Amino acid sequence: MKPAPFDYVAPATLDDALGALAAAGDDAKVLAGGQSLIPMMALRLARPSVLVDINRLRGLDGFREASGILEIGALVRQRALERWAAGRAPLFTEVLRAVAHPPIRNRGTVVGNIVHADPASELPALLLCLEGVVVARGPRGERMIPADRFYRAPLTTALDAQELATAVRFTLPPAGAGWGFAEVSRRHGDFALVGAVAVLMRAPDGTVARARLAFFGAGGTPVRGAAAERALEGGAPTSALIGEAARAAAAGLSPDGDIHATAAYRRQVAGTLAERTLTTALARCGGGAS
Amino acid sequence: MGAKYFGASVRRKEDPRYLRGEGRFVDDIKLPGMLHVAFVRSPHAHARIAAIRTDAATRLPGVAHVFTFADLERWMKPLPLFGAIPPGLAARVVVTMKQPHQLAMCRDEIRHVGEIVAMVLAGSRAVAEDGCELVEVDYEPLPVLADAEAAARPGAPVLYPAWGDNVALSFKAGFGDVETAFREADARVRERFVIPRYVGMPIETRGVVARWDPRDGAVTTWNGTQVVHFVQQGLAAALGLPLHKIRVIAPDVGGGFGTKANGYPEDLLIPAAAIAARRPVKWIEDRREHMMGSAHARAQVHDIEIAARRDGTMLAVRDRIWVDLGAYNSWGIVLPYNTVAHLLGPHRVPNLDVECLGVVTTKTPNAPYRGAGRPETVFAMDRIVDCLARELAMDPAELRRRNFLSAADLPYELGIPYRDGNPLVYDSGDFKAGLEAALRAVDYDALRAEQARLRERGIHRGIGISSYVEGTAIGPYEGATVRLDASGHAVVATGACCQGQGHETSFAQIAADALGIPLEAVSIVGGDTAAIPFGVGTFASRSAVNAGSSIHEASGRVKDKLIAAAAALLEAAPADVLVADGMVTVRGAPTSAIPIAKVIQAAIPTFARPGVASPDFEATVYHHQPTVTYTSATHVAVVDVDAGTGSVKLLRYLVAHDCGTIINPVIVEGQIHGGVAQGVGGGLLEEMVYDEQAQLLTGTFMDYLVPTAMELPPIETVHLEYPSPRNPLGMKGIGEGGAISPPAAIANAVEDALAPFGVRVTRTPLGPSVVLDLLDQAAGRRATPA
Amino acid sequence: MIKTIRVTVNGREHERAVEVRATLADFLREDLDLTGTHVGCEHGVCGACTVLLDGEPVRACLMLAVQAEGQRVSTIEGVAPADGLHPIQDAFWARHGLQCGYCTPGIIMSACAFLRERPAPSREEIREMLAGHLCRCTGYHFIVEAIEAAARALEPPHTRTP
Repeated sequence: MKPAPFDYVAPATLDDALGALAAAGDDAKVLAGGQSLIPMMALRLARPSVLVDINRLRGLDGFREASGILEIGALVRQRALERWAAGRAPLFTEVLRAVAHPPIRNRGTVVGNIVHADPASELPALLLCLEGVVVARGPRGERMIPADRFYRAPLTTALDAQELATAVRFTLPPAGAGWGFAEVSRRHGDFALVGAVAVLMRAPDGTVARARLAFFGAGGTPVRGAAAERALEGGAPTSALIGEAARAAAAGLSPDGDIHATAAYRRQVAGTLAERTLTTALARCGGGAS
Repeated sequence: MGAKYFGASVRRKEDPRYLRGEGRFVDDIKLPGMLHVAFVRSPHAHARIAAIRTDAATRLPGVAHVFTFADLERWMKPLPLFGAIPPGLAARVVVTMKQPHQLAMCRDEIRHVGEIVAMVLAGSRAVAEDGCELVEVDYEPLPVLADAEAAARPGAPVLYPAWGDNVALSFKAGFGDVETAFREADARVRERFVIPRYVGMPIETRGVVARWDPRDGAVTTWNGTQVVHFVQQGLAAALGLPLHKIRVIAPDVGGGFGTKANGYPEDLLIPAAAIAARRPVKWIEDRREHMMGSAHARAQVHDIEIAARRDGTMLAVRDRIWVDLGAYNSWGIVLPYNTVAHLLGPHRVPNLDVECLGVVTTKTPNAPYRGAGRPETVFAMDRIVDCLARELAMDPAELRRRNFLSAADLPYELGIPYRDGNPLVYDSGDFKAGLEAALRAVDYDALRAEQARLRERGIHRGIGISSYVEGTAIGPYEGATVRLDASGHAVVATGACCQGQGHETSFAQIAADALGIPLEAVSIVGGDTAAIPFGVGTFASRSAVNAGSSIHEASGRVKDKLIAAAAALLEAAPADVLVADGMVTVRGAPTSAIPIAKVIQAAIPTFARPGVASPDFEATVYHHQPTVTYTSATHVAVVDVDAGTGSVKLLRYLVAHDCGTIINPVIVEGQIHGGVAQGVGGGLLEEMVYDEQAQLLTGTFMDYLVPTAMELPPIETVHLEYPSPRNPLGMKGIGEGGAISPPAAIANAVEDALAPFGVRVTRTPLGPSVVLDLLDQAAGRRATPA
Repeated sequence: MIKTIRVTVNGREHERAVEVRATLADFLREDLDLTGTHVGCEHGVCGACTVLLDGEPVRACLMLAVQAEGQRVSTIEGVAPADGLHPIQDAFWARHGLQCGYCTPGIIMSACAFLRERPAPSREEIREMLAGHLCRCTGYHFIVEAIEAAARALEPPHTRTP
């Protein structure tokens, strides 16, 4: 299980990296953490002619937090985000705990995971739930791609072959927001069979001011639970309403089956997990009456 | 002789090298000029090979050779077979058996995905893999057999046309009058149980290195195998060399579990390639190859039926079994007959009728894996026992209590022979006492009370029991040569091979006690055909009893020689010479103590004097073990099932077991833990999945799910010791036991947890999707009562 | 394609020309003869090849050797003193935390980094860390106990770095 031959470049600047991508055509792959790419190459399922290793680029390994937006550079390892989040952003902490294992998170980058676009991965759904944005640089400059327009199909995104995702931006849940995260996986650290992440905010009158719900492992891309969000916003968050909202969101899903779970399982449990995460999120809401 | 080390949890002698990264595994062996092998393996389950073109691969820079069957034909004899029917068995059970020839490399027909079509030798493994991509093979696909039961039906495509059908093996066994017993019973329960394919999956894959020495006309091969002498015999036959010209060494081996006790194509192909290429050759199996090319296991279907009185007394069991053998039948009688011989286990059942069919399919061959037929048969039996308990509205522990054999019943003869042809007679143990010990240790009554309380809160807790009686330490023999060197250190050579079980420690404990020398003064050499000419190998929970008894007896003989020399040297009567802690003393004269090295040196002649005795401090004993010893255990699993997601959480796992006398308690406990972990894998996570085209869908560790520390609870153990009368030290085997019961115990626990829903568990692994499906089925049954 | 790299392994600097497709695991084993780093799956799941990269555990099979250019790598061969064992290794020995020894080096490397970050871990935390390593022999129970014992043996805050 050795990768097929390839050429390797490790540019020192972003422009050089973009130049290398442009020169290589469709056949190049960006190497950041490599935790998904290298095994695919070892299995010869991926056979890039050129690897563009971006690990030597400067300025991509930082966090920037301003006005409720957290920007994470393309070389920030998942483990670094975990450390940043400790005691500060429990939703991130809980989500990252479910992403593989520490030795993988030490290498794997947040942006790489998001751009790899595995539909069963947790971080893309988190990006969707937190209305995030992917910052992409290409030959024609920089553009922002909102999460809900980023994912096209399994392992397929709106990024062009010659573009590089330089950062992602999450909208951090404001103070008082409640959150919930749940997934079913065969083993700890595995990709989820199905999972959900939710954020709720309540108005002073106790009604739901804002609801965000996203599923993973429930289709070819991460999926926003828009039906649930609509059903909840403006309503009094009773357990009946939450159950109804969760079922509405799950009904709209069209997951696939595989050797680990049937499509019917994923749809049904997506509803169960949506109900559980929304209920947990509600219980964690500050502010409004309970 | 006082046992100083036997029974003590001494630290393992082999551990420091492993802990420092200084073990030597096959992949760590590097020889000058060595070539690396990659194989072209069939992507088809069943196909005829019309043509192979190797020119492009041969031209690739770095590729030294490309070999197909035709290139190595002179050595391509059929692979060796196991599992012949012993005369004692043939006399009492009529077995129809066919064992097709398997060739190391495909000649014209492929019979499973992963079969070897060609081999590429190159300067590096990566280049060898590049070369494989350039080998062009024209396959003509043939009909596949993906399901054993379907393959056994008339009209199925036939894999070996000369046979007329796909049944490679069939027999009936039993005793009593099952018809009458069923007719007269108060309760009868019948169910079909499916035990999927799951496998040993050692973390070190297989690997072979071989060197041809033209000066000596000899082959040395390093092979991560559990059976060096078996590999040697196969090589001698195929290469046409005398046995002593073939040295097979199993260096440190990273787990075996039966998977490495098989005869494999690569065992021959790598030495043959080394001869053909006149260079050392190395092949290290990668994980993807391991998934398709190393033996699979389990894979049975049972249609089982049990009859009982209203009070729970079991009257009869009927079972029809299909064993999916995969593409060949190199193990013959072993798995099918193990399955039948272990079906009843600890239960007293007066009437038995079993029919067993071994069926070939176009899948990776099935071979023994830790338990070898027993986990499968125990799953069928312990599930049907729980179904009977439900039918009788009786607690499953109580039903077992009423039917288990106890010490008073032993020795107990089952009315069928064992696989070795000898009468199947349980030698020692108390299965009812083992059950009670397990129930006491888990506090069964308190668990049931807690279960009832939790149920009211919507928490679905389940308790599952499974028990087995296991024939261990199958013979016919293993040997040991024990030798003292001039420094008073002992070297013990044995045919047993270690894959992590701690032979270097437990065998040394036996030798040190019998010789009267310190543990540190004993070295164990296993896994080297040059160290001892005859051997069987390590599998089937056999090494402690077979090799251990040989070591014990041979060490005793060496000690006798030492005493004779010491008596001559010290001018004392042999009966007055004592050996302990490496020192020789004369009874009543403690100050006379001298190190045994002095005695040995005094036996070596000098110019000044002859020795005091012949300097022959060596003995070889081949311990004959005509039939097995019977290990037994009761396992209890406690689970919580999330009825919303189908997730099963294993909360507790307890084992109460008897493996006779124990050499090293902590090693025994480790064996149990590891076996249980593999059984839990089979119960909850692991399956080799094929689609209906017999394509293997589980090709990586992302698909084939080995349990991690998060899926396993702490494992609790209770040791019971009923010495076996069948060997001098009273030992029984423990290597496999842990793996036998977990699938049954877990399945029983899951069904118990979901009893209010009326769920019936008929197959493993119990992943969330499967469990939710069971709940849906049960809801469907409730909605439309029959 | 071949590139020359400079890597510090167990405190010693090496300069070698390597195939760019060689993984760090292959480089350590083949080029530096550090065969204590074991390879179990080559796709990042089993954890047998885990080494420390600048002090953090990583899969040596999921990294190209060329990516280690200019970095510090620690392997099992660098853990123990010249004779004897590191306290973590000794705890594994005392508690029967290994059988075949194949997965052991990777687990020891992870445990070194883990105990530095969490000197007094709970059993649950130990199990969660261990979940990144497949062991097929032990059922993990004695490994958990060994790491617990090692934590006690290493008086926090300890400064030992392999």
